Amino acid sequence: MGLELYLDLLSQPCRAIYIFAKKNRIPFEMRTVELLKGQHLSDAFAQVNPLKKVPALKDGDFTLAESVAILLYLCRKYEVPDHWYPQDLQARARVDEYLAWQHTALRNSCTRAMWQKMMFPVFLGEQVPPETLASTLAELERCLQLLEDKFLKDQDFLAGPHISVADLVAITELMHPVSAGCQVFKSRPKLAAWRQRVEAAVGKDLFQEAHAVVMKAKDLPPADSAIKEKLKPLVQVLLQ
Amino acid sequence: MGSGGRWGVAARTVCEFPGSLGFAESLGSRVGSFRPAMGLELYLDLLSQPCRAIYIFAKKNRIPFEMRTVELLKGQHLSDAFAQVNPLKKVPALKDGDFTLAESVAILLYLTRKYKVADHWYPQDLQACARVDEYLAWQHTTLRRSCLRALWHKVMFPVFLGEPVSPEMLATTLAELDVTLQLLEDKFLQNKAFLIGPHVSLADLVAITELMHPVGAGCQVFEGRPKLAAWCRRVKAAVGEDLFREAHEVILKAKDSPPADPTIKQKLMPAVLAMIQ
Repeated sequence: MGLELYLDLLSQPCRAIYIFAKKNRIPFEMRTVELLKGQHLSDAFAQVNPLKKVPALKDGDFTLAESVAILLYLCRKYEVPDHWYPQDLQARARVDEYLAWQHTALRNSCTRAMWQKMMFPVFLGEQVPPETLASTLAELERCLQLLEDKFLKDQDFLAGPHISVADLVAITELMHPVSAGCQVFKSRPKLAAWRQRVEAAVGKDLFQEAHAVVMKAKDLPPADSAIKEKLKPLVQVLLQ
Repeated sequence: MGSGGRWGVAARTVCEFPGSLGFAESLGSRVGSFRPAMGLELYLDLLSQPCRAIYIFAKKNRIPFEMRTVELLKGQHLSDAFAQVNPLKKVPALKDGDFTLAESVAILLYLTRKYKVADHWYPQDLQACARVDEYLAWQHTTLRRSCLRALWHKVMFPVFLGEPVSPEMLATTLAELDVTLQLLEDKFLQNKAFLIGPHVSLADLVAITELMHPVGAGCQVFEGRPKLAAWCRRVKAAVGEDLFREAHEVILKAKDSPPADPTIKQKLMPAVLAMIQ
């Protein structure tokens, strides 16, 4: 077995890894783990990632969880072009800074926005209280503002003049609320321009391919009660 | 061809314009009419777990730095002056000449690379390095979160902010902490001496400083967990007992914090609530 990537393109970090691997022509076996069918909760998958989450990597006997760790592993092992994770001390620090910040900021608000606005009503057949949704969208706004003001600023990409893994992680996050109908780029020309640049750098076809699943999420048939039961713990977390 | 390039000027002048003094003065650092060239500055409050990890790392590796204490319980992180260093208004923050940096993981990695520390802290080996990255990524939303909540729900809310926390809320928080500690043991530590292998790494520093948070709150984190207790002893030995104690003086006195005055309380509440979400 060569490199195996356990992914569900419904998930933002999975998309970042998918795009990165494809763009860099890293040969891998795609192992789809369907979150909405609860496949990540299986004993079989726990052998790959005891944390029961995607993305996960298996390279021979070596297994690895956490998208940031996976991206950096792929950067190093496949010796990708420098701009993805620059050697320059300060440029690299800027990428690290973004990758650290996003865990509890943009990741959080994008996941909640997408689930509360769309997945709850469409897939789970539940309405989220308007105040909860409003608060989530306000938090998303706040994160987007930080993304623009603190990270992007007047640069072409988040860590400087060239695309890096930080941009992949960010753009795939933002597509989450976009898939739920949030007009993330509408009133933010700076972010919209950055998005165009990232898409161009990645390749429009690859970008679209990676986002096909999430963009169709709004057309999902409602979940059956067995699935709803399985996803209950997740639901609790997403409503907090 | 670096993408970011150098941020700052190549050499600092000895004499600064008076206008630039305001910022340094407002943070209480010692300045005169002339400001000498600034080396590495670390903006820390040892009340904070990630600050402790950075403090220990820098001291252990004899990295020369100016300590800039930012007192969280006085709301100093919310000042306009500090926002110049970190617009995210959080500690830790780093300033190296004109280069500023937020996020403890980014700071630890920057120090690791710039000061060329011993390999075991962040190994060159592809898989060992990946294990450190894996831990550093995982901890943000798990151990960090539950240790923070344990301290604030058990001690800081009632003692410092004068806000009661319901027994159910506290119980939930401590139960979450328990689950996370189990994951730390089962998924990360397993039967190894340190989190990623036979030697102490950044992962251990980040983890141990987290665990000292609930310890500071009076939680018996190591009771009934001999594996974690043994690991803790090894990390302390690797770091040095004195340095470890020094770094943890503040947190171990957290439960004796005098109550916040109403102005401070009002100032801090939104940030605190956001932090422990």
